[in-house]
Amino acid sequence: MNLFLEAIAWIVEPANWQGSGSIPVRIGEHLFYTVLAVLAASAVAVPLGWLIGHTGKGREIAVGISGAARALPSFGLLFLFVMIAGVLLRGPSAVLVLVLLAIPPILAGAYAGLEVIDRRVIDAARAMGMTEWQILWRVEVPLGLPLLMGGLRSGTLQVVATAVLAAFVNLGGLGLPIVEGIALRDYDRMLGAAILIIALALLLDALFAVLERYAVPRGVRARRAPELRTTAPRRRAAADTPATT
Amino acid sequence: MFTARNKGRIAMTATVVGAALALAGCASGDPLEPGTDPDAGGSSETIVIGSQAYYSNEIIAEIYAQALEEAGFEVERNFNIGQRDAYIPAIEAGEVDLFPEYTGNLLQFYVPDTTATAEDEVYEELQGALPEGLQVLDQSSATDQDSYNVTAEFAEANGLESIADLAGVEGLILGGNPELAERPYGPAGLEEVYGVTVEFQATGETTVESLLEGVVNIANVYSADPRIGENDLVTLDDPEGLFLASNVVPVASADLSQDAIDVVNEVSAALTAEGLVSLNVQSTVDQLSAAEIAEGWLEENGFLG
Repeated sequence: MNLFLEAIAWIVEPANWQGSGSIPVRIGEHLFYTVLAVLAASAVAVPLGWLIGHTGKGREIAVGISGAARALPSFGLLFLFVMIAGVLLRGPSAVLVLVLLAIPPILAGAYAGLEVIDRRVIDAARAMGMTEWQILWRVEVPLGLPLLMGGLRSGTLQVVATAVLAAFVNLGGLGLPIVEGIALRDYDRMLGAAILIIALALLLDALFAVLERYAVPRGVRARRAPELRTTAPRRRAAADTPATT
Repeated sequence: MFTARNKGRIAMTATVVGAALALAGCASGDPLEPGTDPDAGGSSETIVIGSQAYYSNEIIAEIYAQALEEAGFEVERNFNIGQRDAYIPAIEAGEVDLFPEYTGNLLQFYVPDTTATAEDEVYEELQGALPEGLQVLDQSSATDQDSYNVTAEFAEANGLESIADLAGVEGLILGGNPELAERPYGPAGLEEVYGVTVEFQATGETTVESLLEGVVNIANVYSADPRIGENDLVTLDDPEGLFLASNVVPVASADLSQDAIDVVNEVSAALTAEGLVSLNVQSTVDQLSAAEIAEGWLEENGFLG
């Protein structure tokens, strides 16, 4: 318990909140890599997921590739990229590693969101004369949004936990106090930084939990409420992706 | 280049894993308190030799191991334990009987604010600083210590030979392991001892590459690192003794037999600074295993046969 108190003391120590290597700077770096990686991963995974979900084609390939991508060890990949690209491109290399980590859950969320929609709803939309674009934008995307949010939530959590690796290639972040702490035998600092990373992860998770609620279209929310029990578990199972790191 | 980086990466991975294991290993009580079981480890017949998760250190440990085997001792290899924080508790607990160490760095571990920097001073103070049950054997003339290095072009452009020449040079950026930021010989020491002001970057395993690419212009590299020679780096002299001398020295449990001590001391006497660099080159450039390198060295120095 003492150890935790000392770690908390490290976090609240005013001296650690000032200067070039202060806690806010490290949190900023950490969040910067996280946000950048999740945005870049979304730019790839969301359109691709929607394409797969809408057309129903290529699902096996996407599942296979993203499943394999989850097995890639981020740490080794980071050094491989830095070795190939050189230290000048260490920033993009690190973000690329995080992007590769975030793509599978976001992709899964995007296509699963479209896949679980009742086929009759889409048939009805088509029968009403909607074009494929209209079906996608007005029917499939809104209905699939909660699951996409779930995918983003899971991807963000993995990235925020893995962004610790940035410290190994001179990019700072909350991993740096941990790496320093190992070498300096400063366990307060290690644990303090670990606590901050956990807090950051929980905060982002809470944020996505709220977004996930609001992502449910109003009409669906009102009508679904009573039968939530029968449909929700299956839908969630499709979106919640196991963490690999 | 490729291999050197590779080694570094493996070493670092092992460090991290080692540290994690060390922390996870002690399940009861305070997780950070070293286990002190007096009965642990074999001090009787088998000599347990440990090594750091650092390829050069492992080679030296392998040399001790083969030399002792040649002399008829039973040896158990417990290599790649990790960094000092991970293995010192194991040595203190008697689980490891013999370990290659470095005088300065080990002294700093026990006496963080030591003022000794010269070779013999450090060795003498270290002998007094060790906890009961541990001893250091004869130190070798081979050193592997922190050093500040610049590229040949940078040295020429600014007329650099010693660290003192850095005073007044603008825009100095020092790269090294993250913990260097707070070491006594880090930025603060540079300022205090030499009046040199630097910015610090935690380049870690990418330190040498960062120096070559110009991300930093001073790099903290171990003096026996073959990459200093390979990349034509200039190691700056340290006239004021900013760095502690760090000679290779075997740390042993106090009950190691005199016969074994004699064997290890002979090894230390034969190990030179140039010899250590060439051992490292065989690992990073020629890709030989620690066992092959150790055997070759022992043969060369007349320990075998």
